Amino acid sequence: MASIWEAVKRSAISANLDVSEEELDIYVQRIKDIIGTMDELRGISTENTEPTVNVLSAQNIFREDTVWEGLSRDSALKNAPCVEDGQFRVPKIV
Amino acid sequence: MREYETVIGLEVHAELKTESKIFCACTTEFGGEPNTHVCPVCLGMPGALPVLNKKVVEYAIKAALALNCEIASICRFDRKNYFYPDLPKAYQISQQDFPIAAGGYLMINTPDGEKKIGINRLHMEEDAGKLVHAGDDIARADYSLVDFNRSTVPLVEIVSEPHLRSPGEARAYLDHLKAILEYTEVSDCKMQEGSLRCDANISVMPKGSKEFGVKTELKNMNSFRALQRALEYEVERQIGLLKEGKEVLHETRTWNEQKGITEVLRSKEEAEGYRFFPDPDLMPLVIDEQWVEAVKTTIPELPADKKERLMKDYDLPEYDAGVITSSKSLAKFYDSCVGLYDDPKEISNWLMGELLRLLNTNNIEIEDSPITAENLVELLKLQDEGVISGSIAKKVFEEMFETGTDPETIVEKKGLKQISDVGELGQIVNGVMEKNPQSVEDYRGGKERALKFLVGQVMKETRGKANPQLVNELFLKKL
Repeated sequence: MASIWEAVKRSAISANLDVSEEELDIYVQRIKDIIGTMDELRGISTENTEPTVNVLSAQNIFREDTVWEGLSRDSALKNAPCVEDGQFRVPKIV
Repeated sequence: MREYETVIGLEVHAELKTESKIFCACTTEFGGEPNTHVCPVCLGMPGALPVLNKKVVEYAIKAALALNCEIASICRFDRKNYFYPDLPKAYQISQQDFPIAAGGYLMINTPDGEKKIGINRLHMEEDAGKLVHAGDDIARADYSLVDFNRSTVPLVEIVSEPHLRSPGEARAYLDHLKAILEYTEVSDCKMQEGSLRCDANISVMPKGSKEFGVKTELKNMNSFRALQRALEYEVERQIGLLKEGKEVLHETRTWNEQKGITEVLRSKEEAEGYRFFPDPDLMPLVIDEQWVEAVKTTIPELPADKKERLMKDYDLPEYDAGVITSSKSLAKFYDSCVGLYDDPKEISNWLMGELLRLLNTNNIEIEDSPITAENLVELLKLQDEGVISGSIAKKVFEEMFETGTDPETIVEKKGLKQISDVGELGQIVNGVMEKNPQSVEDYRGGKERALKFLVGQVMKETRGKANPQLVNELFLKKL
């Protein structure tokens, strides 16, 4: 199944992962196993089941809309490898 | 010749007007020194956990209700994963599969009448940081600088259905959407400050076709005008390609304001692998009906209703009512004026004519208008009382705009009071008649137009201060 192989490869690239051809074969086999399980699940009737939003039963908690002092600029930039004009300097993007 | 039809859908991002960010307590204030509104959460430091700002949800519900959307009883935040220097966590917290609201619409006015434009969904997400490229543009920059003040500022993304059929309709949609977000006070909607941003999906297809053409995604349109121009350009470009028998490519293009063209940013062929998955740091958000009902009671009169009311209460033409209600602040200004002065149409003329003209040429928002409602009304009263003439009123208005001074002071200081003294005007009229015997002859010979010229000469001599009606009467008597 070339398409799964391609999809796994593309996922690796978009996640910035350096994966060798051999490793890729292993992942493709694992993904195929997972898809197999999904196919089995597909046989179950879910007609009267609400879609699962989250597997945990916990609910969201809120904070009120109030402002707190954050980090000073110096602390924010302390670990940056390169700083210019109070900003993080990053290498050429494209 | 084959005719084509345009299909447009808009994705609008609006920054919400909360005090603090969506997942941390840093201020959302615009314009601070770089990296001074930051904390471990919005800098994406390991171990920092997001906590949802309740006000963000309230504003999202409010905007969604004003856009006739269904509010989901349960929704969820997902991680949208990609690598870019303005995104410190390497993912954006957004809502993919379960957005807070969906299935709305808004009405727009088109040359063919009112049209309903569907809204596919509205969801909440966090903003990214701001990049400054060291060079003319990103492609030529050697490096870039990142400011995370904007990182994690709350946004709603509002996605329209592909119901728009022309750049003009897209503009009308964005105009109305902006007005609704302003009226509900959930966003400042300042395009120049980036608190309202718009991307467009656009394709063309042979007229009558059921199947949409290949679309391009347009970015970087920083004003309403830029949106319309970019779309107009893109329609022409795509139709041009099809007519030459070429294909439109599925790609993201950026609007180049200087050149007035769209340019390729990236090809869409490499599928965008955002690898969405539920954010394990945030639990599902449950919204009960009571909350929705409570928010519903806070929704003020919306632009469309206000427009109806102005037409009904003040007998304003639809066009006037539309212009005035297109901006919340302008409508508010209008309301203040009609409360003080009993000629709604006259006020609308001044707002739509002089005030908007001066605001637009000087790039000033109505909130920052140097002319107050009180001062405008005072000016109109001076005109009514015959203290100044109509043409002088316009000059005074410009002076008021420039200096912020009240009209009475300007009229006094500059000696602009209308001359209504019969003796004084009579002398000027006599002088003009002496200097222009030919025109006097012409009028007496039946040329009505000569009178206009003579009156004009008096106005010129008095630098617009003569009472035109009185001058007319004097001429008629003497001729």
